[in-house]
Amino acid sequence: MKIQALEFEKPIVELEQKLEEIKKHVQGQDIDLDPEVRTMQEKVEATRRDIYANLTAWQRVQIARHTSRPFFLDYVDQAFTDFVELKGDRLFGDDASMPGGLAKVGPHRCVVIGQQKGRDVKENLLRNFGSPHPEGYRKALRLMRMAEKFRLPVVALIDTPGAYPGVGAEERHIAEAIAVNLREMMVLETPIVAVVIGEGGSGGALGIGVADRVLMLENAYYSVISPEGCAAILWKHRKHAPEAAEALKLNASELQKLGVIDGVIPEPLGGAHRDPEAASLLLRDAIVSALDELVPVATNKLLQKRYDKFRGMGRFIEG
Amino acid sequence: MPIFRKPFLKNIVSKTREMPEGLWTKCPSCSEVIHNLALEENLRICPKCEHHFTMGSKERIASLIDEGTFEETDAKMTSVDTLEFKGVATYTNRLKSYQDKTGLTDAVITGTGKIDGKPVGIAVMDFSFLAATMGSVVGEKITRIIELSTKKKMGVVIVCASGGARMYEGMLSLMQMAKTSGALARHAEARLPYLTVLTNPTTAGVMASYASLGDVLIAEPKSMIGFAGPRVIKETTHQDLPPGFQTAEFLEKHGLIDIVASRTKLRGVISQLLDYLAPATK
Repeated sequence: MKIQALEFEKPIVELEQKLEEIKKHVQGQDIDLDPEVRTMQEKVEATRRDIYANLTAWQRVQIARHTSRPFFLDYVDQAFTDFVELKGDRLFGDDASMPGGLAKVGPHRCVVIGQQKGRDVKENLLRNFGSPHPEGYRKALRLMRMAEKFRLPVVALIDTPGAYPGVGAEERHIAEAIAVNLREMMVLETPIVAVVIGEGGSGGALGIGVADRVLMLENAYYSVISPEGCAAILWKHRKHAPEAAEALKLNASELQKLGVIDGVIPEPLGGAHRDPEAASLLLRDAIVSALDELVPVATNKLLQKRYDKFRGMGRFIEG
Repeated sequence: MPIFRKPFLKNIVSKTREMPEGLWTKCPSCSEVIHNLALEENLRICPKCEHHFTMGSKERIASLIDEGTFEETDAKMTSVDTLEFKGVATYTNRLKSYQDKTGLTDAVITGTGKIDGKPVGIAVMDFSFLAATMGSVVGEKITRIIELSTKKKMGVVIVCASGGARMYEGMLSLMQMAKTSGALARHAEARLPYLTVLTNPTTAGVMASYASLGDVLIAEPKSMIGFAGPRVIKETTHQDLPPGFQTAEFLEKHGLIDIVASRTKLRGVISQLLDYLAPATK
């Protein structure tokens, strides 16, 4: 599958094209261009390293939204084993934008839930672009309660532009569905690990994101509002999204500094989509080591720590 | 449309032409021009059509809490520009201008008091302060009053109004949703009543956290209540919105809230509910 290059990756693409030309030139000719090929390859890598070492907030948002980026079910496939999908909220329907079920990750049996995006029109029609309806959040809670009952930890992989803004979603009380999840996850008697793997779109992300460990992939973003939405309100135009992205401090490293997340999971150079297999391994290792730490902790201690962590979030002047 | 049109002037003595601005208010619903004093005395409800005007947090507390029993908590807590938010206006400037304009420190007043002699923890959001958006201060003050109420075995009443989470504090704002909801989980585990009053408008991050979590959800008539804004919904779905969409009455009809109560009845309704739901020990 050809990976679409992002705008800021143009210098890399140009060098890669030159490299291809040199290679083609060599083919069928009796000249030794190996050193030149090697120099060019090194130059490509150096440029890529350089660009990826200095990504802006907005560039990371673009990587987080890349359609070739591994999605929830890709990770379930590669980082987990023996997935059994469980469907439905038992109330209204099954939300395909929030699949979930039972799976194994390393030595741990768990319940895994997450938002799923599509790569083409057909998939996105089914997955609703990864924007869940209330049914998705209620199904997630049903599965989390099952996890609690059977003493299985919960792993939530977050990747959503936001909960769905639609008439049906409002009529079935999407706000309440999210609010109940926040309240119930805070007191759920089993370890919870949440990882933002792509987009962490506001309340729609947090609705499965109250966890003992909240991690983010290096190029994921997590924000109270989309950069475009913020730009439209504060700058009066969506074109200012790059400035808004910067101002919102929505990147993994910034959020770790603010104490909003507990850790950052590195991605392969050029982003998870350049090497999904390696990205999956990094994700799996991070989840397994978090669960290794959390599973032995006594429940009351676990819940107190979870409460204290979120309790401590916020900055203000006492006055 | 100008307020001082001829037809109205006919009914007013000529002197009133020099009256200071802001003495009269025009009802956006029925166009009735109401004297501000009369409006205040009527709990800011239009005497003609019962349109509920936005009510300030101080007036709200006065209308719900027994006189002389309110003790404010965390009155001096103020917001900080943690993100050093660089936009068209800085967060610090925005805060300062709203503090000057409203005389409030932030978008919520919290405290303890009595309703018909029953002790409660109460939080009232004030839409006039940055659209009552929730940042760290709103989240912290609300969390503290819930925790205090849990400790003192009191019910909690939160009068909500909000444009959502406060962008200027980025993710710290979003996390207030988890923080407040967590405090409510513990309050609920202690079997204490929590009543939510939804006023115009209550939306987004506040609606998707404590505003939706009351044992009983009460809304003022015609209040706009929802998660996503109607414009966003229209743009996303390219769908016409049903009549009355996201009003208190619409939510009542769809089974999302318990009671639509006029402001004049609110205190009585809350008092009665507290009687029913109060913990057995008085």
